[in-house]
Amino acid sequence: MSTPSQTVGPYLSIGLPWADGPEVVPEGTPGAVWITGTVTDGAGELVPDALVETWQADPEGRFDHPDDPRGATGNGFRGFGRCPTAPSGEYRIRTVVPGELPGSGGAVEAPHLDVSVLARGLLHRVVTRIYFPDRDNSRDPVLAMVPEERRSTLIATKTEDGYRFDVRLQGEGETVFFDV
Amino acid sequence: MGTPTDLRLPKYRRDAEGTHPPLGFPGYGSTALRHPKQPLVLMPQLLTEVTGPLLGPGRLGELDNDLTRQHAEEPQGQRIIVTGRLLDGDGRPVRSSLVEIWQANAGGRYRHTGDRWPSPLDPNFDGVGRTLTDDDGRYEFTTIKPGAYPWKNHDNAWRPAHIHFSVFGMAFTQRLVTQMYFPEDPLFSQDPIFNSIPDERARQRMVSRFDLERTEPEWALAYQFDIVLRGREASVFEDEEEEEG
Repeated sequence: MSTPSQTVGPYLSIGLPWADGPEVVPEGTPGAVWITGTVTDGAGELVPDALVETWQADPEGRFDHPDDPRGATGNGFRGFGRCPTAPSGEYRIRTVVPGELPGSGGAVEAPHLDVSVLARGLLHRVVTRIYFPDRDNSRDPVLAMVPEERRSTLIATKTEDGYRFDVRLQGEGETVFFDV
Repeated sequence: MGTPTDLRLPKYRRDAEGTHPPLGFPGYGSTALRHPKQPLVLMPQLLTEVTGPLLGPGRLGELDNDLTRQHAEEPQGQRIIVTGRLLDGDGRPVRSSLVEIWQANAGGRYRHTGDRWPSPLDPNFDGVGRTLTDDDGRYEFTTIKPGAYPWKNHDNAWRPAHIHFSVFGMAFTQRLVTQMYFPEDPLFSQDPIFNSIPDERARQRMVSRFDLERTEPEWALAYQFDIVLRGREASVFEDEEEEEG
């Protein structure tokens, strides 16, 4: 039986942020983009004490991980980003857009990042996905499971230096969260 | 390089009902505006979910697992050794995996600008540690026992002493943040965060065990705290028919 989840509480910022946490890829990486956004609560207030974590494939759609059945790439691609929200409620992750992923039966997953949001008031992380507005999302099997009228909450919007993805924990335009 | 015609993915079992807290929990006031009200969408475990960040020794400094030696002098408080294993649901060790902790000082005060309750900061204590599990999934920290502290959730509310733990496991599905508590804390009964876990047996898995064996005579007390992540189901094959033309 698993150990239960507990909230990160209000003081996660002493323990979890890393100086290079927001940098999935180093500065100057070809194709690097910033994903920025805010976290807001059910009253529309910014959440200044959350942590946003991202996990993703590399631009070829592969992972440097032994459980990728195509084999670990060995390329050292970290794939992981972590950024606390600032007093402004904003987070920033510098990364590259991942490639498509193969699925079973010829399925294709559109490029995406898995996202965990942790905060005071969240007894368990909430999980969502970021998709990209300039990629083909039409065949993605996970998006297809989401009610059509809510899919737009999972698709980032284009900005000057990358993309914007806002997380709404509750209420109007509530982000779709997944049970993984 | 062609796409392989089958994708053999591990599958992680879902935890039993009552293991984890509900997202909306009225006893813990901060959940009110922060928990989703729409139902969660059940997600299949695909490539992104069965892989996860493998964060290695590059993240660690030499004294990161000894919170009593990060300053010129020692912190105030009861010195303790906290050991345990990071395991999956089948008892297999999770090796070389990052364990991060943070905690209040002996008086129950965090080194954080938002913590203003009138208990002094300790100039010799940051309350932050990191380590990697070994080949048996073991980790070890030396620290001081954190104090309890008041909060404003309800009248005369106090958090039981605890250490925050953050672990990754091998897969995105296994990511866990929890809190380690100390045995027989009289503050458990009034703490909504501890009591948010519906299953009493699951709740007890957050309580460390006093470990006389690991105490160091004339030096430190010891507590043992194992962390169990979701286990894997037997492997399954998912066959793709043909590569698409």
